[in-house]
Amino acid sequence: MSYVDYTVGEPIADTKCPAGPIEERWDRRRFTAKLVNPANRRKYTVIVVGTGLAGGSAGATLAEQGYHVVQFCYQDSPRRAHSIAAQGGINAAKNYRNDGDSIHRLFYDTVKGGDFRARESNVRRLAQVSVEIIDQCVAQGVPFAREYGGLLDTRSFGGVQVSRTFYARGQTGQQLLLGAYQALSRQIAAGNVEMHARTEMLDLIVIDGRARGIVARDLVTGEISTYFGDAVVLATGGYGNVFYLSTNAKNSNATAIWRAHRRGAYFANPCFTQIHPTCIPRSGDHQSKLTLMSESLRNDGRIWVPKAKGDNRPPDRIPEQERDYYLERIYPSFGNLVPRDIASRAAKNVCDEGRGVGPGGQGVYLDFADAVARMGRDKVAEKYGNLFEMYQRITAENPYEVPMRIYPAIHYTMGGLWVDYDLQTTIPGLFAIGEANFSDHGANRLGASALMQGLADGYFVLPSTINDYLARHPHDTVDPRHPCVTEAVADVRVRLDKLLSVNGDRTPDSFHRELGELLWDNCGMARNDAGLRKALERIPELREEFWRRVKVPGSGSELNQSLEKANRISDYFELAELMCLDALHREESCGGHFREESQTPQGEAARDDDRFAYAAAWEWRGEGGRPPEEHGGGTGVAPVLHKEQLVFEYVHPTQRSYA
Amino acid sequence: MRLTLRIWRQRGPERPGAMTTYEVDGISEDMSFLEMLDTLNERLILEGDEPVAFDHDCREGICGACGMVINGQAHGPERTTTCQLHMRHFADGDTIDVEPWRAAAFPVVKDLVVDRSAFDRIIGSGGYVTAPTGSAPEAHATPVPKPVADTAFEHAECIGCGACVAACPNGSAMLFTSAKVVHLNVLPQGAPERESRVLDMVAAMDGEGFGGCTNTGECALACPKGVPLQAIATMNREFLRATRKGAR
Ligand SMILES: Cc1cc2nc3c(=O)[nH]c(=O)nc-3n(C[C@H](O)[C@H](O)[C@H](O)COP(=O)(O)OP(=O)(O)OC[C@H]3O[C@@H](n4cnc5c(N)ncnc54)[C@H](O)[C@@H]3O)c2cc1C
Ligand code: SF4
Ligand code: FES
Repeated sequence: MSYVDYTVGEPIADTKCPAGPIEERWDRRRFTAKLVNPANRRKYTVIVVGTGLAGGSAGATLAEQGYHVVQFCYQDSPRRAHSIAAQGGINAAKNYRNDGDSIHRLFYDTVKGGDFRARESNVRRLAQVSVEIIDQCVAQGVPFAREYGGLLDTRSFGGVQVSRTFYARGQTGQQLLLGAYQALSRQIAAGNVEMHARTEMLDLIVIDGRARGIVARDLVTGEISTYFGDAVVLATGGYGNVFYLSTNAKNSNATAIWRAHRRGAYFANPCFTQIHPTCIPRSGDHQSKLTLMSESLRNDGRIWVPKAKGDNRPPDRIPEQERDYYLERIYPSFGNLVPRDIASRAAKNVCDEGRGVGPGGQGVYLDFADAVARMGRDKVAEKYGNLFEMYQRITAENPYEVPMRIYPAIHYTMGGLWVDYDLQTTIPGLFAIGEANFSDHGANRLGASALMQGLADGYFVLPSTINDYLARHPHDTVDPRHPCVTEAVADVRVRLDKLLSVNGDRTPDSFHRELGELLWDNCGMARNDAGLRKALERIPELREEFWRRVKVPGSGSELNQSLEKANRISDYFELAELMCLDALHREESCGGHFREESQTPQGEAARDDDRFAYAAAWEWRGEGGRPPEEHGGGTGVAPVLHKEQLVFEYVHPTQRSYA
Repeated sequence: MRLTLRIWRQRGPERPGAMTTYEVDGISEDMSFLEMLDTLNERLILEGDEPVAFDHDCREGICGACGMVINGQAHGPERTTTCQLHMRHFADGDTIDVEPWRAAAFPVVKDLVVDRSAFDRIIGSGGYVTAPTGSAPEAHATPVPKPVADTAFEHAECIGCGACVAACPNGSAMLFTSAKVVHLNVLPQGAPERESRVLDMVAAMDGEGFGGCTNTGECALACPKGVPLQAIATMNREFLRATRKGAR
C-alpha cells in the first residue's frame, strides 16, 4: 500500500439542517430543539476546551444558562488565547451605513468568498446571528471605534463592496476577547465555571460511542488527569502552525482536534488553508513566527511592484509610470480589496516573475503615500497608528515615509473537524466551534469573518444546539475505571514517555521547521500533483526520523516546554499527511486551494463543480500506509473519505469574478 | 553579535534560584529578544541542558504572556513587550541580565515563568459588565461620545502582562486594576456597577498581597501599552466616591 491511498466510504447523508426556506431554518431548529429544564442544568457538566472567542463566549454563556462548565486553556490565563491577536475587525450585517447591506448580502458574500465550498444553511445562520453579536459586545463595554456623533464606525474588508466591519483600532480581537473573558471571569468567580489554565488536553475519552471526557496534562506539575462531563466542546483554534512559520501564536496547535480525529471525529477539508497577503516578510533563518499587517490597511494602502524585473532602486526613486499597481490593474472593481486568496496569489506571481522587492525579492510594496497626502498624517495615524508602530519596531523602517514591504503568510485554516448544523462532530456529544471546525468559510475565509464566526458559535449557536443533545442524554456519571478511560490515559503516558526516552540528536524545533518548509513548498500557495506526491513520500520519512532522533530534555513531571512542543509536533506530522492527501485528491482549484493543473486562461482558480462540489470529511482508520510497528502503531488502514455533497439553492455557483 | 547573558534559573517554586551565565554568538540585530533566547535554548537542548523556560505566545505584543526583567527594567530598555524588543537595541559584547518579574503576588513557577493568576481573580471580582448573553439592547440604543469611547479604549488596551507590578518598588497592582476600573466606569454600559466594581476590585487586589501605591510612577513608565498614570488617581476618586455613597 502506498502513502497516497484512501478509500471512499458512505457519503454523509444527514447534516441535520432543517428543511424549509433558508431564512426560517435557524428559528425552526431552535424551536424543534429539546430544552433542558433550568432546574436540571446544574447537574450537567460541559467540558469546554479553549478560551478564545469561541470557547470564552461559549463557557460564559453555558454557565449563565445554569450548566456546570469545566474549562481549559494552555496559557497561564484565559485572556491570552490566540484570538487576542486579531487586528482588523468583525463583520455584521447591521447596515448602519445604509449602503445596501443586509443579512442576505453578508450570506451571499460569504458563500461566494468561500468559492462555493461552504454549507448554505450554516452561512445564512452566521449572517443572521452577526447583528446580535455587536449588540452583545457593546453591552459588555467593548470599546468599538465610534464616530463623533457617538455611533459605531465601520470600515471595508476584502471581497465586499459594503462597509460592515466593526473595529476597535487595530486591536479588535483583543477587545472582543476581553469582553468574553470578563464574562467568563464573572462565572468563574461565581463558581459556575471551573477554570484550568496551563492545562493541555491530550486525548478525548469516548465511552459507548459518546464523548464523555478528556485526558489533560497540568503543564506546571506534569500531572496527567481525567475530567468527565456530559458533553465536550472543542474550541481549540486552527492548525496553521503546522507550517511552523505562520501568523498564529507560537503555541497554537492541532493536538486537541487531532486526537479527537483519531478517536473517530471526521476531519473536513484539511487542505483548505488561508494565506494572508499582508504579512511582514521574513528577515532571516532565526524567524520564529510571522507578523500580520491587518487587511484593513488595504482600505487606504496601495499595493505595487516595479514594472521592470530586477528594478532595485529605492521605492521613492521609482517614478509613478514605472510602477505596477497590479491589483488595481487586474481587478479594477475591487482593486486592492480583492479577497485574500487572490491577493496572495497575485503577489506570488509578481515575485515569481522577478519583480518582487526587498531581500530575496520576496515582497511587494504597500504604499501609504497617497493616503497621507489625501487624509493627512494624523488621520492615517488614528486609523492605523499601532500597526505602523509595530511594523517600524520589527523592521526599523518608517511606513509613513517608506512603503511597507509585505508578503503572504499562512494565517488561518478553513478546514477542521467536520460538524453538522448543530456544530456536533461525528462523535455524539463532541462539539467543535470557532476555527477548530470547518463550518462556514468554504475554501476561503473573508476578512473579519472569523471573529464573527467564533462569537456566533460561542454566544448563540452552540448554547442553543447543545441543549438538544443534553436533553436527550440524561446525566449519568462516568466510571473512572472504564477500560476506555484507562486506555486513553495509558496512550497519553506511552506517547510522552516515548518522547522523553528517544534522547536523540535533533531539537523538536528543527523537525518542525523542516516539516513546515516541506508543506509551504508543496502544499502552500500553489499545489501540484508531483509536489504533493513528493511531500507524501517525505513526511513519513521525516516522522520516522523524528521518533528516532528527537531530543527532549528534562522530565515529564515538571514544566517542560520542550516536551509540550515535541508532543504537538508529533501530531503535525500526521495532520500534514492528511492535508497533502486531501490536496492531492481535490483535483480542482478553489479558494485558498490552488491546483496548478486547474486554472482559467487568466490564471484564476478553476473550480470543478461536477466532481468536487462537496466537503471532504476524512475518517481516521489508523496510520495510512505505514507499518503498524512504527510508533503510534496504527492498523495500517488508509483513511476513508466521506463526501458531504453541497447543494446551492440560494447562491448559484459562478466563476468568482472580482475584475 | 556576541553577548553574555546572565539568566535567572530556578527549577521550581520552592527551589532555590541563581543567575547562570551563558555566552551566545551569531545573534542578528533583526532578532527579537525571544528569538535570541530561542537560539540559546536550541543549543542548550543539544548540549543536554534544560532550556530556559519563559512564557510567550503571540510574539506580537498583544497577549501579555511574555515578560522579563532585562538589565533591571521590566521588558527591557524600549517601551514595548519583551517579544517586540529587538536585538538592534543592544551592542556587540554586551552583558545582559535576565530575571523574572519579582513581586510577592507573582511567585516564580520556573526560571522566568511566574504565576500571575492574581490578575484573573481581580478581574473576576468586578472587572466586567453584567450582561448575560441575549440580554443586550440594540447597539445604537446608547450613543457613546467619541472622547468617552476613546478614553475607555485607552485603558482597555492593558494586556495584563504585569510589568507595572514588576517595575513598582512596592509590587503594587494599582495601574492594572485602575486600567480596568476606568475602562468600564467611564462607559454608560458600566455605570450601573460603577461603585461595586471599584470597591470589589480594590478589595480583591489588596487580598492578593500586592503592595500599596506610593506614587512613584514607575508602573506607567514600564507599561508597554501606555496606560496613563492618571488612571490611578481616577480610580482613587472612584473609590472615594463609592465609599461615600455607601456610607450615606
Ligand atoms: C494575527 C491574526 C489576526 C487576525 N485578525 C482577524 C480579524 O481582524 N478578523 C477576524 O475575523 N479574524 C482574524 N483572525 C482570525 C481569528 O483571530 C481566529 O480565527 C479566531 O480568533 C480563532 O478563535 P478561536 O476561539 O476559534 O480559537 P483561539 O483564539 O485560537 O483559541 C484557542 C484556545 O484553545 C486553547 N487550546 C488549544 N489547544 C489546547 C489544548 N490541547 N488543550 C487546552 N487548551 C487548548 C488555547 O489555550 C486557547 O484558549 C486573525 C488571526 C491572526 C493570526
Ligand atoms: S497596566 Fe500596562 S504594565 Fe500593567 S499589566 Fe496592563 S499593560 Fe502590563
Ligand atoms: S508573547 Fe504575547 S505579548 Fe509578548
